[in-house]
Amino acid sequence: MKKEFTAAEHEEIFGQMGPMIDPSLTIEGVGDAVAGVPERKTMPYQWFLVLGVATMLLGFLGLSITALLIKGTGLWGLKIPVAWGFAIVNFVWWIGIGHAGTLISAILFLFKQDWRTSINRFAEAMTLFAVACAGMFPLLHLGRPWVFYWLFPYPNTMAVWPQFRSPLVWDVFAVSTYLTISLLFWFTGLIPDLATMRDRSKSRIGKVLYGIFALGWRGSARHWHRYEVAYLLLAGLSTPLVVSVHSVVSLDFAVSVLPGWHTTIFPPYFVAGAIYSGFAMVITLVIPVRHIFGLKGLITPRHLDNMAKIMLATGLMVFYGYLTEAFFAWYSGNPYEMFMMQNRMGGPYAFQYWMLILCNGLVPQLLWFKRVRRHVIVLFCICIVVNIGMWLERYIIVVTSLHRDFLPSSWDMYAGTRWDWMLYLGTFGFFFFALMLFIRWVPMLPIFEVREIVHAGHEEHED
Amino acid sequence: MPQVFSPTANTLSKVSLVLVVFLVAGGLCALDLIHKSPYVRYTGVPRSQPVPFSHKHHTNMGIDCRYCHTSVEESHFANVPGTHVCMNCHNQLFTQADLLAPVRESWETGIPIKWVRVNDLPDHVQFNHAIHVNKGIGCTTCHGPVGEMPLMWRHEPLFMKWCLECHREPERFIRPREEVFNPHYEPPRDQLTLGRQLVEEYQVPVSDHRLTDCWICHR
Repeated sequence: MKKEFTAAEHEEIFGQMGPMIDPSLTIEGVGDAVAGVPERKTMPYQWFLVLGVATMLLGFLGLSITALLIKGTGLWGLKIPVAWGFAIVNFVWWIGIGHAGTLISAILFLFKQDWRTSINRFAEAMTLFAVACAGMFPLLHLGRPWVFYWLFPYPNTMAVWPQFRSPLVWDVFAVSTYLTISLLFWFTGLIPDLATMRDRSKSRIGKVLYGIFALGWRGSARHWHRYEVAYLLLAGLSTPLVVSVHSVVSLDFAVSVLPGWHTTIFPPYFVAGAIYSGFAMVITLVIPVRHIFGLKGLITPRHLDNMAKIMLATGLMVFYGYLTEAFFAWYSGNPYEMFMMQNRMGGPYAFQYWMLILCNGLVPQLLWFKRVRRHVIVLFCICIVVNIGMWLERYIIVVTSLHRDFLPSSWDMYAGTRWDWMLYLGTFGFFFFALMLFIRWVPMLPIFEVREIVHAGHEEHED
Repeated sequence: MPQVFSPTANTLSKVSLVLVVFLVAGGLCALDLIHKSPYVRYTGVPRSQPVPFSHKHHTNMGIDCRYCHTSVEESHFANVPGTHVCMNCHNQLFTQADLLAPVRESWETGIPIKWVRVNDLPDHVQFNHAIHVNKGIGCTTCHGPVGEMPLMWRHEPLFMKWCLECHREPERFIRPREEVFNPHYEPPRDQLTLGRQLVEEYQVPVSDHRLTDCWICHR
């Protein structure tokens, strides 16, 4: 039963912002719209297209990892003085993308931002897959990934302990904690919906599989009570992770004594950049998904508008970070710092630097305009630009500081080889492959949470 | 609507929760035990050789280690003797013994005997026999009771922690230089007193932690 609203009523009820979700949606309608996607007999052609391309890229991933294991990291463009290249750039880029999911699921939850409900499940899934992609890079960079467990402190036969003063060891703990908590959080939030899927499922296999993962959820008051306590606790646990993980990642750089890296602004500046890139990625993914799967009533322009505002805010913080870096290079009076900044702005990587300023600093200023924030195609393009800009940022940080060593005799240039690019594209394959499977089998919006919004909305009208 | 799961599913789910913990913990323990087992490390497993050379027999006759392992005091490599060293005695003793047929054959053809290496360190580790022997580390400290071994076996698993055990506290294992080649050496009861004294006397560099730096073995 759909209620019809006139434009005037609309304006009166929802003000300037527009509705959070389509007001004509009913509680049953939400279930049909969201659960309907995994229940489809076949998926739309765009889904097959993405899956096909992702599978091909996944082949690239397999190929480049195999080649790497056979030949070693010499396949990559790494050499002295640039001993950190694509591997760390891509690691930081992917892990930064994950941060939007955690921010949406934890911090926005604690601040009772209801609009998060339409995007949190999807963003959390994105987080998980992005962290998995990120994790591949340092593991492969080990050269001998099969002994990765040496990174953990365990009673080993070598009588050596990890070097706890090294931020690379902190990374291990930060990232593995992040992955664990994100997975738990995502799964906990899924349980009531998996039960819905189990109950709606027509096939025996669907009932059993969804049933196993629903952990016997019956929706009793006690279940809901426990669920809410658990979810709140997990949100509390995840909240520090939003800040800590990328701070630790930034310390990989900041702890070393190298011009351009050795700055105290790195942790906050990295965290802002992470959230910035994460939201850019969420918008990039959500815009086509809501279009293809008919979820425009659930993921509305208001969601896009809100996310764009967060992007604008974090983008400004990041831009402030760039300005601060430049200012302190000058203010320090340190010739090495000053040279580093001059070299960044006018050296061999100047093009990439100014592209980064354009992509991350200038283009997103368009988001000040409401019309831009609500124009789906323009917003999509800006987000792609920001994704590129954030990758360039890490590239500039890693490469420009290293390639001009303290000794001019060691100076050299860096560029990724075809294997570097192949591996990077390969992780895209993994990411989109996993995302397509997620869309195929799991309700990508939290049905019950959106229903709560619908319910609250209807009650409001009746008052 | 019929139930998807029978009541046993409740039990199964609870049991599986406990089982997962045990399986993970048990699996890790099993991996650790396998890794340290004689099956993987070859500790205490006598290795067959082309000629069943008995260290027990030859040392008990009073032959010094250095009679065959000639370079142990000067080189990183202790040396595996050539056939001519065997023939020094065996051109007089047991000249017709079947056991020694491969030795005589090697002597006639000039093709060396392919001895099986028992204590083999990975290639990324450098071990120098000379420095250990000259600083009072006896053969049996690492190679075990060679005087008791009819066929050679690996006495120690060659773990890095085993190397470090001594590099961190050499006073626990050091012995007087004149006892280094004694295959039946027993450490005295007050090993630590003697050890500290010898560490000082032989100038073993314990105080500057050089012995536990990575590069001391991984060059």
